[in-house]
Formats: sequence, C-alpha cells, structure tokens
Amino acid sequence: MLNQDAHLSEDVFADDVRQAPTRDGFGTGVVEAGKANANVVVLCADLKESTRAEEFEKVFPGRFIEMGVAEQNMATVGSGMAAAGKIPFIASYAMFNPGRNYEQIRTTVALNRVPVKVCGMHAGVSVGPDGATHQMLEDIALMRVIPGMTVIAPGDAEEARKAVIAAASTDGPVYLRFGRAATPIFTTKETPFQIGKALMLWSSDAPKIAILSTGSQSHAALATARALAASGTESLVLHVPTIKPLDEAAVLDAAKRAGRVLTVEEHQAAGGFGSAIAEFLGEQHPVPVRRLGIRDQFGQSGSPEELLRHYKLDALHIQEAALSLARIY
Amino acid sequence: MALTDEQVRTLGKQAEAIRETIITMLVAAGSGHTAGPLGMADIFTAFYFHILAHDPKKPDSEERDRLILSNGHTCPVRYATMAHAGYFPVAECLTLRKFGSRLQGHPERLRLPGLETTSGPLGEGLSQAAGIAYAFRMDGKKQRVYCVMSDGEQEEGNIWEAVLFAGKNKLSNLTAVMDRNNIQIDGMTEDVMPLEPIADKYRAFNWHVLEVDGHNMNELVQAVDEAKAIYEKPTLIIAHTIPGKGVPEIEFDYRWHGKPPSKEEGKRFLKELRTMHGSVSHEYA
Repeated sequence: MLNQDAHLSEDVFADDVRQAPTRDGFGTGVVEAGKANANVVVLCADLKESTRAEEFEKVFPGRFIEMGVAEQNMATVGSGMAAAGKIPFIASYAMFNPGRNYEQIRTTVALNRVPVKVCGMHAGVSVGPDGATHQMLEDIALMRVIPGMTVIAPGDAEEARKAVIAAASTDGPVYLRFGRAATPIFTTKETPFQIGKALMLWSSDAPKIAILSTGSQSHAALATARALAASGTESLVLHVPTIKPLDEAAVLDAAKRAGRVLTVEEHQAAGGFGSAIAEFLGEQHPVPVRRLGIRDQFGQSGSPEELLRHYKLDALHIQEAALSLARIY
Repeated sequence: MALTDEQVRTLGKQAEAIRETIITMLVAAGSGHTAGPLGMADIFTAFYFHILAHDPKKPDSEERDRLILSNGHTCPVRYATMAHAGYFPVAECLTLRKFGSRLQGHPERLRLPGLETTSGPLGEGLSQAAGIAYAFRMDGKKQRVYCVMSDGEQEEGNIWEAVLFAGKNKLSNLTAVMDRNNIQIDGMTEDVMPLEPIADKYRAFNWHVLEVDGHNMNELVQAVDEAKAIYEKPTLIIAHTIPGKGVPEIEFDYRWHGKPPSKEEGKRFLKELRTMHGSVSHEYA
C-alpha cells in the first residue's frame, strides 16, 4: 500500500495524473534558492529556454551569466565564481555538462572542492527524437565516482524544485539530473525531501521484492507495485533520489525485508544507480539483485514512450522483471 | 611607476635566491619540471615582492589580490617564491612531491593556504581567473585578478572559450601573463602547434596586449601598471622568457621541460648561480 507518510499526490494512479518535466523544477527551485541567498548565480551554455535557466534570468538578470556554447568554460568560470563566494548553478544538457566538461568538473570543482552545482538536463533516452547524440546515459556513472560529489536524480518536478533548493544550501559540489519529457508529479509540497534520504513510496507486510528506483522511473515502479499487489505479489518501492551519498540504512532495510532487489533507472545498467546498490549490498547484505537499465547500447530517435518501451523501462517491463525475480528464488 | 635601481637590484637578488631553491627542491624531489619554473622566477618575484596586495600571514584575507597559476606543473616556482615571501619555511620546499607534503606535484588549493586554485590540467586557469574577476565586479570589489599561464597551453580549446568570455565581458580587473618561452614537452611551440601571431589573436578577441622581456623587472611592473589603466578590456602581458633562465646548460633546451636535475647537475647548477656564472671565485651561500 501507499506509504501515507510520503504524502504522495492524490491523483498518483490516475490516467490523467498531472505531469511536468523535472527541468521545470529546476526553473522554479533555482528562483527560490536565488531569493533565499544572494550568492546564487546561474550560468547557462546557450540553452536558457530548454534548461529553464531563463526563469532565473527573468527575476535576477544581473545574476544570470550567458556563457555561449562553451561548457568547459562554464564549469571553470563557475569554479572561479565559487572561489569568490558565489554559489553557481551551471546548466546545460547532461551530454555536455558533465559529458563534455568532465575533467574540468573533476579538477576545478571537485578536487578543488568549491560549491558548484552541475545541472544536467535532457538526461536519458526520454529526450526522444533528438536521438543518441543527445541522450545522456552515462552521467550518473561519471559523477558518482568523483570523490565528494553529491549525485541527485529527482523523481518529479516538485522534488526537483526541493532538490535544487537543498543543493544551494549544501557545501560542496552537487550533480543534479533532470529530464526533458513531462513525467507524472507523484510527490507534493508535503512530501519530505532531504539530500541523502530515500523515500518509501509503497510498502507491504511481507514484500517478496524490493523495487529501488531513481529519477522519474519511480512513478513506473510505483505503478508496478500496485499491479503486482492486484495479482497477489507483495512488494515495496523505495525511491532513491540521492544516489550519492546513498541512504544505506534504507537500502539495507529494504533488502533485508524483501530478500531480493530490482533496480530501475534511465541510464546504462553499468556504473549507474543499480551498480551503486549492487556494490553496497554485495558488501553488506548479499541478496539477488537485478538491474534494469540500458544494456551497453546507445539510444535512438523516437517518442519517449516508444523508447522507454523499447529499452524495457516502462511499467509493463518493470512488472515482468519484478515477477520473474520474485519467482526465481 | 618605474622601479628604482635599488629595487631592481633587490628583486633580482630575490629571484636568484628563488632559482637556487627551485634547483634544490627539484633535486630533492627527483622528479618535476625545471625549465619553466626557472624561466618564471622573475615574474613570480615581481608579483610576490612588488605587485600583489597580499599578506603571507593572512593567506585567506578577503582583500588580497588573486594570483591564479594555470600551468600547475610549474608550481616549484610558486612554492619557492611563497616560501621566500614568508608563507611557510623555505626548508619545507624540500618536501616537494613527497608523500604527505603540502607541496603536491601539482598544486592543490585545499592542501596549502595561499594557493587560489587546484591546477595542472592545462587550459583551465584563465577561466577560473575570469570567474573570480566576474564575481568581484558583481560585488564591486576592487582587488585585481592575475593569471599566469604558459604558451603551450594556448593549444587548449578551453583557453579560447575563456578569452571570448573575458573579452565579451570587458573584464578589465583581469590581467593574464603568458610565459612565452616557446617550449613545450614535445619541442618548440612553433613546431608542435604554431601559436603566432599570438598577440594579434588576443587583440582580435578584444584584449589589450603588451609584450615585455619577462626577465626585466621594470618592464613587468610597468606592464601591470598599464593594465590597471585599461578600463574596457582585459589585458594580456606576453612575457618573453628564456626557459631555464639562470642556468646556461638548461636555457633554451626543451628537453629540460619535464625533468629535474640529478644530484651532480644540481651541484653544478647551484655553483653556477652562486658564483654569478663564475664572475666571483667563491660561492656566496
């Protein structure tokens, strides 16, 4: 059943559930962060509309810095501004930020330990028609292996808003991952969010499988749990927006209760969220783990729905994978 | 304002002492870069002993000017100059590149107070300096931002992104100094990847450009003064230097870019420096 303490939206299972892209949450969140702290600045690499950075520009034109198509410079100028006391949010597509400017982020932001907030938009295959060149599927892997980097993949636009505000008041570098396509808003203003904390969405007394998901896939994971329950398979769904630092206590508890774990992410199955879970459980509490993600492939053009179906990341495939894992052992 | 003869002599002596420390620390380290640091000794002396507003006892002071070293591999010159300026004991220079040392092989801001950035990967310092300069201007701060960079790293695309950005934003509080020694690891810059006409390139990107003899204290100091008077543009000072300056065996030889002197070479080079190239019969140290 739904976890009442999560205060999820009432229409969470409705066919016409309210939807918005998580990048919208960046736009609203960074304006709020800017109001709370005059040191917040936004740097953008010629994508202010599609990153929603223009929301910040409208309110704080003097604190918005247009970098042109130059992501390496955006990261390093951001590093310098942070050294001078600013809290820079650097925004572009995840493919270029942190894809293009990885080493700049590693050296001048992370090793240098300055509070630059790297915002990667249009992550995952759900970018859609733009195709493989613009569908970033390796960013979680790239960012989570950098010492001291916090990595957050918000589940919906509302949680994205909270994550941006939280990132602004966190010391040190943060990577925030956002999507292009509109996805269900399953959390509400009342839903708790804290960096480093996972959120139980669905729970049951004797779960046979724990579904751990990150980003907007968590809504599909939730739909899966409901469908499984209807067919007599109990499960739990743990939404893990902060991939690093991992909420180890919550992950361990979920694994212990269910005894088998399915992870879901719109990212390469190698190196990403599922790998983080498998690494942790492998050392602390080995249980069978299956990872849903892209299997060593690039994306392609198509609609978000077509692509999520093709790469087996829609609710139907999550359900199939959950059932087969629940039955095997 | 021009330096007095006395000031020029004092700064010159200081630079020679820094060169000796550079040789000594590189011999002790057993690895590291020699030619660049020796060639930049005069530039760093001019900054730490004349140009910069700074206080070695308060390395975090808000009011300090910022000196960004972009080509981090030349850090022996920065470490040696900082030690001579009083940031830490000169003896600590012997820990360069050793386990547990604050003097990492490439400089890390978090490890040593007084460093402004972590650097080494080339082409990133100018952007960071531009970011600091931009933030200072936002906040109405009057401190100057300096970036010392190499000529070889002009081959990095990131540099030209920074050059565009600083030109667009007319960052007149930013002054870059290019150590134009014409060498890089694989050979002469004009063979590896020609940079000329480098001054024209910067001018075309809306920078004010000056060229000086990088071993002439007066020219260095006056160029920085001129940069302060340019209100609408960032300034690039191209400092023509001799790689390995002070040790004739090293001078102009690109093979000395990335290796340290052996113990025997170190002895010979120190004697060279301490006898003022044989003009006095006894070493003064």
